[in-house]
Amino acid sequence: MPQVDIGERLRALPSGSAVALKLDPREYADHYFAVLNATLRDVGSETNAHTIYLTVTNPAAFVWTLAQALDVPQDRISFVDAISHIMMNYANPLPNATYVESPRALEEIMLRIEYLLRKFPHPRSIVVIDSVNSLAIHNQPELLSEFFHILINNLKARGVLTLVLETSEEETTGIEQMLNLVVDETIDVARAGH
Amino acid sequence: MEVPPAAPPVTPATDGLLAPAIVLERCLTGIEGLDSILEGGIPRGNMVLVAGSVGTGKTTLCLEFLVRGAERGERSLFLSVTEASRKLIQNLSTFEFFHTDLVENGSLVFVDLPQIYERLGLGREELTTEEIGILLRSIRDLVRSLGIRRLVLDSLTSVCYRIRREEQIRDFMLRLGQELNEVGCTSLLVSEIGPTPGRYSLHGVEEAIVDGVILLWNSRRMGDILRVLQIVKMRGTAHSHAQFVIELTPIGLLMAPHLKGGREGGA
Repeated sequence: MPQVDIGERLRALPSGSAVALKLDPREYADHYFAVLNATLRDVGSETNAHTIYLTVTNPAAFVWTLAQALDVPQDRISFVDAISHIMMNYANPLPNATYVESPRALEEIMLRIEYLLRKFPHPRSIVVIDSVNSLAIHNQPELLSEFFHILINNLKARGVLTLVLETSEEETTGIEQMLNLVVDETIDVARAGH
Repeated sequence: MEVPPAAPPVTPATDGLLAPAIVLERCLTGIEGLDSILEGGIPRGNMVLVAGSVGTGKTTLCLEFLVRGAERGERSLFLSVTEASRKLIQNLSTFEFFHTDLVENGSLVFVDLPQIYERLGLGREELTTEEIGILLRSIRDLVRSLGIRRLVLDSLTSVCYRIRREEQIRDFMLRLGQELNEVGCTSLLVSEIGPTPGRYSLHGVEEAIVDGVILLWNSRRMGDILRVLQIVKMRGTAHSHAQFVIELTPIGLLMAPHLKGGREGGA
């Protein structure tokens, strides 16, 4: 199968799509940067979209540093940071981030995304969820399934492009089964060109 | 005082197959999630109890209800018993949905009830039946003379501390509800409650008289506190009975479904 650029595939999606982006843990750094490049620069900047980036894996400050390296302007990205508080890493909050106290506060995460969608109304919005695996560490599977079902269907109905980052395992896991129920497509970053 | 022109009446969208024979005109709260679960707002003229313990967002919800109304051209009145108006306006100014000109042009009116007590000579700790009548007439006159379409009393509990007998409270509320309904004024009465389940007011009679009860409380999940809202009762609507987590943001109150994770009462 010929390799297709991730950014190109994402740009071709109709509005309101939800996509799982599978990263290989053995090549995590490369894949992660490729995904950021595709979402924030290829799709975000080129389509003038506003990106809401939910970070549960790394603090917003870390992702923001990478985004700056990709020349993403500050007014084009907002963060919902659900990890800095529990990592006791909240001393220097970013001006373009809102901080949720715990990755267990799933409703609060939904409300902050809602808040940012209303605060920055934009013809094209992207929500990045980084990552389903990190959310699964802190939440029971039933609760997480309910969260994804409500959040992604709500975003779909509003025409928001939702991208869910997932670190793939050898075997099919409960996380994959759960995501398969709500996403329209899965892009395996290892197989896609980047 | 200049007040913007009143918005046209709101007719709610109802469930196609469960549509009632008569659809009551609605008073849009302006809080999107709340209007949605109320089928388009509170039926015009309803008297609603907003019950909850300390720090659950009762006053902020009520203030947003008034501000949104004032913006729609419905003159709104906040009757404050416990907090000075100046302080309330100061707190309101932290919200993006509030503009001071609403107060300056008289669309949003704040009145400190203790000043009315003083002016009417209602200094006794326990009000007599006659004094309750004087208080009621005073509120009625204020509502009629200013053309008030939305009213908040914060709090009913504080007023009820001075009306001690249940039959007097019942009479006060019935008459207040009737007066407000006659002029199409929709009202929210704040009720401060303890953690006792199944009770929404100080005496327990208040919830039986009002047309609606909006309950707010703090729920715990694995040590984290969530602010939760539920419509317990709302006459004239086929409202949602689900629980919603709320957040008071600079752009107003936002709501999200309370996740249960397959368990009763939340995980």
